Amino acid sequence: MTTPLTRAPAGRSRPGRPITFLISAGILSAMLAMVVVSFFWTPHDPTDFLTDDAFAPPAPGLWLGSDSLGRDVLSRLIDGARVTLTMAFAATALAHLIGASLGLIAAARGGAVDMVLSRIADVVLSLPKIIVGLVVVAALGPSIWVIVGMAAAVYSAGVFRIARALGADLAKLDFVEVAQSRGEGLGWIIFGEMLPHVLRPLAADFAIRTSFAILFMSSLSFVGLGVQPPLADWGGMAHDGLEGLSTNPFAALAPAIAVALVSVCLNLLVDSTERRMKW
Amino acid sequence: MSLTGFILRRMMALVLLLLAVSVLVFLGCEVLPGDVAQVALGQFATPENVAALRTQMGLDEPAALRYLAWLAGVLQGDWGTSIVSRLPVATMMSERLANTAMLAGVTTLIAVPLALALGIRMAISAGGPVDRVLTVVVLALSATPEFLVATLAVLFFALHLQWLPTISYLSPGSGWESTARALALPAGTLVLVVSAQIARMTRSIITNILSYPYIEMAMLKGVPVHLIVARHALLNAIGPIVNVVALNVAYLVSGIVVVETVFAYPGLARLMIDAVQSRDFPVVQACALIFCASYVVLTLLADIIARLCDPRAVATEG
Repeated sequence: MTTPLTRAPAGRSRPGRPITFLISAGILSAMLAMVVVSFFWTPHDPTDFLTDDAFAPPAPGLWLGSDSLGRDVLSRLIDGARVTLTMAFAATALAHLIGASLGLIAAARGGAVDMVLSRIADVVLSLPKIIVGLVVVAALGPSIWVIVGMAAAVYSAGVFRIARALGADLAKLDFVEVAQSRGEGLGWIIFGEMLPHVLRPLAADFAIRTSFAILFMSSLSFVGLGVQPPLADWGGMAHDGLEGLSTNPFAALAPAIAVALVSVCLNLLVDSTERRMKW
Repeated sequence: MSLTGFILRRMMALVLLLLAVSVLVFLGCEVLPGDVAQVALGQFATPENVAALRTQMGLDEPAALRYLAWLAGVLQGDWGTSIVSRLPVATMMSERLANTAMLAGVTTLIAVPLALALGIRMAISAGGPVDRVLTVVVLALSATPEFLVATLAVLFFALHLQWLPTISYLSPGSGWESTARALALPAGTLVLVVSAQIARMTRSIITNILSYPYIEMAMLKGVPVHLIVARHALLNAIGPIVNVVALNVAYLVSGIVVVETVFAYPGLARLMIDAVQSRDFPVVQACALIFCASYVVLTLLADIIARLCDPRAVATEG
């Protein structure tokens, strides 16, 4: 009952902006294309020492200049996309696999299972993620598996909470109760009845959480405790580039901007799609 | 549930949570790595050295006893001894902790009023051109990594304009001017990122309240928009906003870790990163516990303040 005199409810006053959607989707597709291309081709070998000049400024053939060891920044940027994006994707996928299944199980079963799982999630969510990351890296060393596994574990608590809340609303509905009284097993109730109804909000969460994971892992690499050489992700490259900021700022800026682009575009993408769906 | 009952229950939860956190930190730093003495000394250490360190750290005792001894020490202000520098951890931390608290404090004092003003401004003109532009800017800023903002700040203010130092030297007892110069870039970076997040959430809280029927009623009465926001919307928004602010001050931890690295700021996060690199477990353990505990306490305080600001909750106490 909106009258012309009142302002329309927040954020629903206009249809989604297709421009933001198109731009962010375009940039993200370009990033994905970069990951695919990096398997076959980079302008130079990302590990080759091309010049003796550390942090040489951009020149033809060396479009973003060189890094601390005289390697091609552009090639390393393309190569780093694979490491950065694959790790973030893997961690988020794992977090959703664990968090969503446990969340729906907790919602469907309730009782002690729900209690215990919820308290564990509370404790995990009450810890600052970067500190958990530092402690785990101190204890187990900065290997890819440790970092991806730790990020997945930490983020699964957030997914759990969302899936549980979504599932708890569903569990009260007739079709779930009917399925229960029909004698369906827990597996069918969760994956056959409940999962289809929570896929859309979980998909939005997946995109946002991937951006969190990218920021988290890049920050860890940026403080020198993420992926170790010879592998290089964008956070680590941005850290190495800091020393050469006065001669070749691109060595630090290019990877940092790449991280920002992916993270901002993921957020804009979700923001514009959600707005459109509400409308 | 009465207000005092609520606070008591929250305090109980806090104590339990802090205990759980201390167990996790202990497990992470002393059980997860396997033989801490071996790990700390590296693979080339002689067996005699490893055995000596193990005895010195009391690693021959069972883990549960070591945990209790550590906890008892922490409660009495004894945080153990660093493996690397052989100094008491408490002495190493005291000055660093003050520096980090100062950085976080200055950031909060600037960011919170700025963000609230921005968020309210956006909410008042929700849907208008100013709001549309600011919404995208604020969303983009809150998704930008702190290290990009920090790198740009160094590039522009330190290298290009040469106004400020690249590295934040901060010695105890230095004058306020040199302290301000050391703080400017790290605090500026954090303010930008944190206030974007708070502004974004403030906007959504207030626009949400503005869609309620009682606001519509006030509008129909002809109350000016700024009065509606100030008298009707803001009062009801205090609770959620306090929560948002506390959450973001807590999120500050990750920003602090990055910013102290870029500017070599002599704070607690820098100490912790160095300790992780040299596998100085007593120091890692102490820093982790301080960061986690302040995070937990802050969230709890926000919960209590939000509850105090809700007249419905206070009224039920009778």
